[in-house]
Amino acid sequence: MACIEAHGLRKAYGATVALDSIDLHVETGRILGLIGPNGAGKTTALSAILGLSSYEGDLKVLGRDPWRDRDALMRDVCFIADVAVLPRWMRVSQALDYVAGVHPRFDRAKAEAFLAKTDIKTTSLVRALSKGMVTQLHLALIMAIDAKLLVLDEPTLGLDILYRKEFYDTLLNDYFDHSRTIVVTTHQVEEVQHILTDLMFINRGHIVLDCSMEAFEQRYAEVMVPPDQLAQARLLGPLHERQVFGRSILLFDGVDRKRLAEFGEVRTPSIADLFVAVIGADAAPAKGVAA
Amino acid sequence: MSPQEIVNGAPLDGATQSRLLPRTRPFYWSVRREIWENRSIYIAPLAVAAVVLFGLVVGAAHLPTKAAHIITTLDASRQAQAMSIPYDFAAFAILVASFIVCVFYSLGALQNERRDRSILFWKSMPVSDLTTVMAKASVPLVLVPLVTFAIIMATLLVILAISMIILPTRGLPATMLVAAFPLGRTMLGLAYTLVVLALWHAPIWGWLMLVSGWARRAAFLWAFGPPLALSVFEKLAFNTSYVWSLMHYRVTGALSEAFDVKSGHNGMAQLDLSQMDPLKFMFTPGLWVGLMVAAALFAAVVWQRRYRTPI
Repeated sequence: MACIEAHGLRKAYGATVALDSIDLHVETGRILGLIGPNGAGKTTALSAILGLSSYEGDLKVLGRDPWRDRDALMRDVCFIADVAVLPRWMRVSQALDYVAGVHPRFDRAKAEAFLAKTDIKTTSLVRALSKGMVTQLHLALIMAIDAKLLVLDEPTLGLDILYRKEFYDTLLNDYFDHSRTIVVTTHQVEEVQHILTDLMFINRGHIVLDCSMEAFEQRYAEVMVPPDQLAQARLLGPLHERQVFGRSILLFDGVDRKRLAEFGEVRTPSIADLFVAVIGADAAPAKGVAA
Repeated sequence: MSPQEIVNGAPLDGATQSRLLPRTRPFYWSVRREIWENRSIYIAPLAVAAVVLFGLVVGAAHLPTKAAHIITTLDASRQAQAMSIPYDFAAFAILVASFIVCVFYSLGALQNERRDRSILFWKSMPVSDLTTVMAKASVPLVLVPLVTFAIIMATLLVILAISMIILPTRGLPATMLVAAFPLGRTMLGLAYTLVVLALWHAPIWGWLMLVSGWARRAAFLWAFGPPLALSVFEKLAFNTSYVWSLMHYRVTGALSEAFDVKSGHNGMAQLDLSQMDPLKFMFTPGLWVGLMVAAALFAAVVWQRRYRTPI
């Protein structure tokens, strides 16, 4: 069964169209990275999926209409939003009590076991925890919920490298299995590249790229071309060209790697490089320069 | 099918478990969460009770023996009246404190969670907007009245206990105050007062919560500014004060509608709090109109919370 299924999903705030009739299809057991510049519509899409905002078009998450059935849907869906949203007045023990009280799929022992590995004390107030610890606490709560879909909206924003690394490691090792689905948005694409199974680029309310990571590795290739062969390489129609240390790196879409190997060593580009190639030229609004 | 068969039939999967989870549990925990966040619900009335009690003890210690002597010369009903003054005063002060607590609670109820963005956490839990708003509404409608009842009764018992210590030192019988207080009747009267006030004030809480959810900031101004502006406008434009009297009636009208009002000797209406009149209250149109308005306001609050996002 598809975990998320959307057709013509649209959301406009007044005259501003945040999502322009997008189609989404996310299968169960995938880890989808939703990547886009600021204001591209990522959070709007996630809000619709989580039942936090109304929308036009068809949307089914785990077979439910999120806007009408948010509370029922939340038994099977968890999310961590881009900023620490745990109430600051709460005690860690109260957070555990509350989630255990309202969530039928919460395993308190599991959350406590996870917290025991951290420096977080159950008597602490959330306000007294560092930002990294609040995220750890939130993650402990979420991971102890036997959910089918986990949505992470910039979960590691503002965290230092150690916490970020640990966050994704924990997620993969202790949480993910193939009956679960994860949707993650982040600007730190290099950190998630190795965990994703699917990749989606979104820009100005449109989906501009939607492929699995296997397809990504087959389709896209990058090669550093010596200056004398540049003209020849350009004939193959590179998607993007950039300069590194005076050498040109050309990024190709769907060109036979054997042909590219004639120019130099062929590599799979990073998501960040592909992102720049696909969206870079068109991402003007994020820089405040309207096209 | 017996429960035993259900248990033996198949291992309980998540869906079965969630069906078995009583629907009241999210409500119960939502109320607990309100108490955790808003400890002023019980701290403020307790603080007022403590101040009043302290004042009474200090005052009683100063009570001149002569004044105490005068009390003994009064007839029994006058005596009871004089003796109940400290209690009436304490009860009134605690009631006012609870009312103020409810005003500030309601104004923050739906705004604070947007301010600190915790609404994103609350909404990530399987708790409906209806349950959330019902839990919040139950604070001024049920919880605060219960807390107020307990605190006022406790205060009364402390006053009685203190009187048994202090009265003999002033040459008065120790049980004088205890005898003056029909405890059961006092409890009943207090419970009736609190129920009447909760029902009567319901539309106020509905309005404050609606403003709380709607206003991005300065909920207090949005809640009280427009009605006040309207009454000032009415006074200036038409030299009438219907809006003002309507508001005044909504805040204070419950007592005159729920208790027997006698015409006092100097023509002033006199409120006799010992004379409960539930029948008269039941037939007060203001009660039912108020409850209908409250229901509509709370329905709007539920509807509104679906659309709420952090500010």
